[in-house]
Amino acid sequence: MDRLSDDDLALLLLIRSFELKLLDLFERGELNGTTHTCLGQEYVPVSLRPLLREPDWVFSNHRGHGHYLARFGDPEGLLAEIMGRKGAVCEGVGGSQHLRRGRYLSTGVQGQSLPVAAGVALRLKRDEPGALACVHIGDGTWGEGAVYEALNLAQLWRLPLLVVVEHNGIAQSTPTALQMAGTIEDRARAFGIAHHHVDVFDLSRIRAGLAPLIDSLRADPRPLIVEFATHRLGPHSKGDDTRPSGFPRTDWYAAYQAAHPAQSARIEAEARARVDEIAADVSARPAATWTTA
Amino acid sequence: MSPAEPPGRPGSGVPPGAARGGDRVGEDLNRALHGLLDDDSSVYVLGEDLLDPYGGAFKITKGLSTRFPDRVLTTPLSEGTIVGAASGLALAGGKAIAEIMFADFAALAFDQILNFASKSVTMYGARVPVPLVIRCPSGGHRGYGPTHSQSPQKHFIGIPGLSLFEMSPFHDNRAVLDRMLALREPCLFFEDKVLYTRRMYPPGVAEELFRWDLAGDVAVVRLDPGPAPAGDPSGCLDVPSGDLDYVVIVPGGLAHRALAAMRALLLDHDLAGVLLVPSRLYPFDPAPLLDLLGRAPLICVAEDGSAGGTWGGHVAADLHTRLWGRLRRPVKLVSSADSVIPTAAHLERDVLVQDGTIRRAVREGLDG
Repeated sequence: MDRLSDDDLALLLLIRSFELKLLDLFERGELNGTTHTCLGQEYVPVSLRPLLREPDWVFSNHRGHGHYLARFGDPEGLLAEIMGRKGAVCEGVGGSQHLRRGRYLSTGVQGQSLPVAAGVALRLKRDEPGALACVHIGDGTWGEGAVYEALNLAQLWRLPLLVVVEHNGIAQSTPTALQMAGTIEDRARAFGIAHHHVDVFDLSRIRAGLAPLIDSLRADPRPLIVEFATHRLGPHSKGDDTRPSGFPRTDWYAAYQAAHPAQSARIEAEARARVDEIAADVSARPAATWTTA
Repeated sequence: MSPAEPPGRPGSGVPPGAARGGDRVGEDLNRALHGLLDDDSSVYVLGEDLLDPYGGAFKITKGLSTRFPDRVLTTPLSEGTIVGAASGLALAGGKAIAEIMFADFAALAFDQILNFASKSVTMYGARVPVPLVIRCPSGGHRGYGPTHSQSPQKHFIGIPGLSLFEMSPFHDNRAVLDRMLALREPCLFFEDKVLYTRRMYPPGVAEELFRWDLAGDVAVVRLDPGPAPAGDPSGCLDVPSGDLDYVVIVPGGLAHRALAAMRALLLDHDLAGVLLVPSRLYPFDPAPLLDLLGRAPLICVAEDGSAGGTWGGHVAADLHTRLWGRLRRPVKLVSSADSVIPTAAHLERDVLVQDGTIRRAVREGLDG
């Protein structure tokens, strides 16, 4: 496994530490509601980070903390949002799965963001050529009809829409084999939409594969589906993991740690210390106030 | 899905602003859309079968795609995505008008309306502008049957961040469109299909017996009192008790049926009433009307659609609370029958609200 830059590894481990901290806070009863961690999938948004530009829109989903952190590097605002404390990105109204900041937006209903992203992409194509709308979805999302309506429109209208599928093999508690007939690649083909498969963790290889495709999408607008074969390490939300012990859940970090122990230890310690500090700070803040009625 | 024969009979051959009264309501709306697209280059119109020469199932978008080909877009049969994409345009700095071919099909866009467009206005903590109008041709009397004739307003009432408006022969469509977009939150615009071929009422006159004025966004129709005091339209709510046997409140689609009922009540039963037709159905603030309503011997709210959880029920509950102690009778509600809407004309007639239904309701209310 190739050595990562310190910056990339720091962002990956910031996301990891953040998610572990959330599970810890939940166990201690300090978080309200629910949350969905992206443990194991951190590298998806981190690999995309240098490929996306400021005018691009990002549509995230229920498992979106990594997407937010990769875009803004703002664990304070995100944790404050999840804890409903002062400094929350959305004043505590949206919580874990309804975030908006500038051109970043997440929604809590599966498949819902694809048509919206298509509309944004239409506007971008006309007014800001070269910019794109990137939508993160999971394998489970492909059960929703909205996905197909939006893909049809995006291809029909040649919209600059980057669909990032984080195929982790499990939709909440249901394995892919019980919820999807055929493949995502074949579904993409049915629309004539290009499909790119990513089945490695190596960031530089992922980026090298994606960069020309995304450049070309910007220059000659049309949708692109990028499917990451990935693994969700944690539960769907909090303590609801019913998968058998043999269920595949390869951890990129375990492999990386083994290959680069010193760098991993140093950066992980920094990330954990930072997140501990942020959690202490945010926990001590007053409650968020919402002034918009 | 759409009827074989294009149902919007305003069609292309209808001269604008013909002799009797004003333009047809459908033409007024078409002209309003032309003007809006002309004046504001950020406005888009999305929907099924919008392109010329077809120009939409009811011809309301006729001519738009020829003049504004890059902003008037015909879509696949994907109501959820029409509304979703329109929301995206609105979020990204545009203004969007989505046409749902039949209001019944708004059900296919319910997630986008309930869980995204309306929620987006406030669920991100700060107010997010979503200038979006979803046009919904609604109502029956055209023989289109159970899934193409409904008035589904009640399913959209009480959703934070969502306003409901209804087209009427009194309200200038351009002004209503401008108002909806200026709200910068999603609006459903219900257009009773029977109105498309009816004429706009010219200022002041409604049929020969009645006069109408606007009090805020509510059209107030009353017995013509003769020459109005100059420059005082606000006086339209000062109806003398002798001309106030009842008040009927209806959405725009029922305006003609209510007027026919009023005419019969006057000529056959010597009962004079006032008709109120609000442009914005929800939220609806009756405060400016309370004096008038409090003096009325009977208030009747009539609407299409089956009873139960309706706009009329909401208005009635509100008026009971606000006018408790002043109301002389319970608010009388009129809805369609508890039934699907049949296709055959004689069966459909029995289910939908007719002028006779309103007339009987007022008489029963006053007798009860």
